[in-house]
Amino acid sequence: MTLDASSLKVVQADRKPQKRKARSLGASIGLHGALAIASLIAVFPVFWVLVTSFKPDARAVETTPKLFNESSVDNYIDVLSGDKGSFLSWFGNSVLIALMTTVIAVFLSATTGYAASRFRFPGKRPLMLSFLVVQMFPFAVLIVPLYNILLTLGLQGQQFGLVLVYCTTAVPFCTYMLKGYFDTIPNDIDEAGRMDGLSPFGVFWRLILPLARPGLAVTAFYAFLTAWGEVAFASAFLSAADESKTLAVGLQVFVQQNRTEWGHLAAASILVAIPAIVVFYLVQRFLVTGLASGAVKG
Amino acid sequence: MRKFLDRYWYAYAMVLPVVVVIAVLVLYPLAQGVFFTFTDINEANIANPVLDRAATYVGVGLRNYLNVLSGDSSYGSFWSTLVRTLIWTFSCVFFHYTIGLGLALLLNREVRGRAVYRVLLILPWAVPAFISAFTWKYMFNAQYGIINQGLRAIGFDDPPVWLGQNDWALVAVIVVNVWLGVPFMMVALLGGLQAIPGDLYEAAEVDGATPWQRFRHITLPGLQSVSSTVVLLGIIWTFNMFAIIYLITGPNPNTRILVTYAFERFFSGASRDYAIASTYGVLILSVLLVFASVYRRALRKQGEVW
Repeated sequence: MTLDASSLKVVQADRKPQKRKARSLGASIGLHGALAIASLIAVFPVFWVLVTSFKPDARAVETTPKLFNESSVDNYIDVLSGDKGSFLSWFGNSVLIALMTTVIAVFLSATTGYAASRFRFPGKRPLMLSFLVVQMFPFAVLIVPLYNILLTLGLQGQQFGLVLVYCTTAVPFCTYMLKGYFDTIPNDIDEAGRMDGLSPFGVFWRLILPLARPGLAVTAFYAFLTAWGEVAFASAFLSAADESKTLAVGLQVFVQQNRTEWGHLAAASILVAIPAIVVFYLVQRFLVTGLASGAVKG
Repeated sequence: MRKFLDRYWYAYAMVLPVVVVIAVLVLYPLAQGVFFTFTDINEANIANPVLDRAATYVGVGLRNYLNVLSGDSSYGSFWSTLVRTLIWTFSCVFFHYTIGLGLALLLNREVRGRAVYRVLLILPWAVPAFISAFTWKYMFNAQYGIINQGLRAIGFDDPPVWLGQNDWALVAVIVVNVWLGVPFMMVALLGGLQAIPGDLYEAAEVDGATPWQRFRHITLPGLQSVSSTVVLLGIIWTFNMFAIIYLITGPNPNTRILVTYAFERFFSGASRDYAIASTYGVLILSVLLVFASVYRRALRKQGEVW
C-alpha cells in the first residue's frame, strides 16, 4: 500500500459557518455596520501612517491635518538611500534574524510537538508544564545572565545569539500549538506509514508535516513576528555599531528627544510593516484552523 | 536501561534540542538571576571580560527584597506599581476577550465579504508592535494628533493631553494594547466557534431556545477550553508586556508597570542596577506562578482537565 499524503483530507480548510435563515434588513445592517466600524478601527492607524509617510516632516505635525499636503516620495528616498541611518543594513539584519528564528523555531517545535502528541514518555508532563512556565519569565530577570552566557559562548553581539534567545520565547508557545494540531491528525496515518517501512522520523517528515501545513503556517507567522518586532533583547544584545542594529532598535533614531521626524518615521514604518503584512497575507487563511486546533487541544 | 532507551529513543531524540536550548538559555540564566537578587550587583562591580575585570559584588542577603517590598518610591513603589500592573492587565484582557468574542461571533455567521472583513480585522496583529507604538504615539499627540483633532472637530474644545504625566497616559496605552491584542483573541475564538457542532444549535432551535439561551448554554460551554487557554496566555503576556508602554510613554510613572520599571532599573540610571532589576523579575515570576496555580485549581473545580 502506498500512501499519498495529499489525498488524505484531514483538515477542513475553512468550515462553512452555521447555516442561517435569511435575516431581516435591520439585522443585516447591524451586522455589516458593526463589522465595518471594527474594520475601520483596525485599519485606520495603518492607513494614517501611510498617508503621513508621503508628507514632509513639517507637514506631518500640522494642527489641521489633511490627507495630502505637499505629498511626495521623498521620505522613502531619504530612508532607503541611507540619509537617515543605515536603514538597509537594519532591514537586512532583521530579515536574517527573523528568518533564522522562524526556520529553527518551526523545526524545533514541530519535532517536540510531534513527540508530545504521539509518544508517551517519562518526563512529558513536566516538559509541557515547563513550557507554560517559560512564558512567564520576565526578561528582566534573564537579561544579565543571558548577556553573560552569550559572552561565554562567543555569541554576544552576534545575530545568532539573538536568534537563539528569540527561539526560547517562540518555541514553547509554538510547541503547544503544534501538539494540538498534530492531535487532530489521526494516528492511523502513522500506523500506515510504519507498515510501509518508514521510520518514526520518516513518518513525521514525509507524512505528518505535509498534513500539518496550516499549523506550521501559524507557527511560522508567530515566530516571524516575535523576532521581527522584538525591542528589549535587541537593544541589549546587539553591538552598538549602527550597521548591526535591527529595525526595532535603529528606528528609534527618528524619535529624538526634541523633535520627531514623523514623515520619515512613517515611511520607514511602512517599509518595515510590508514584509510582516506579506507573511500575514500568505498565512491568513490558515490562521483560524491552525490556531483553533492548537488552542482547543493545547 | 537498555530497554528504556530502546523504547523512548525517538521521543527523546525529538525533544532533546528544545530541552538543551531551554536549559541553557532559560533555566540556567533564571538560576543565575535568582542568585543576583541576593547580591548588590550592578554595572560597576560585575565581571567584565572586555576590561578584564573580576567581579567584586557581594552578597547582601534579603536586603533587595526588603527594599523593594517596603514600597519605597526610590525602589519603584512596588505595591502601587503592582496595583497599576493589575489594572493594566485585567482591563486589557477583559476588552481583548469581550471584543474578540463579539467579532468572532459576527464573523462566524454567513455574511457577505466575510473573508475581507477577516483580513482587515486581523491586520493589527500583522503590524510589528514597535511600529504600532510609534503610530499611536503620533495619533495621540495632544496638538497635532488625529485623535484630538477629531475630538475638537466633534465639539470637545479641550481634549486631554494623552501621553503626559497623568492617568490619561494609562488609558492611552490600554487603548493601544487592546487594539493590538483583539485579533489574536478573535482568531482563536473563531476557531473555537467553528469546532462547536452545528447540530447542537439546530436541536436547541427546534426546542425553542432563544438566541441568548443558545449563546449561554451552547456557545460559552463549547468555547470553554479555548477560552481558558487564551485568557491565561493573555494575562501572562499582558502582565509582561513591555514594548508598548516603554515606546509610547517612556519612563512615565503614570504608566509604570512592574516590567517597565525593571527595564528602567536595568537600562537607565547612572549605575545599571542589575540586582534590583532581577529582584523585580523574580517577584513578577512569583506573582504569575501564584496566579497560574490558583487559576488552574479553579478550572479543575469546574471539571476542566488541564
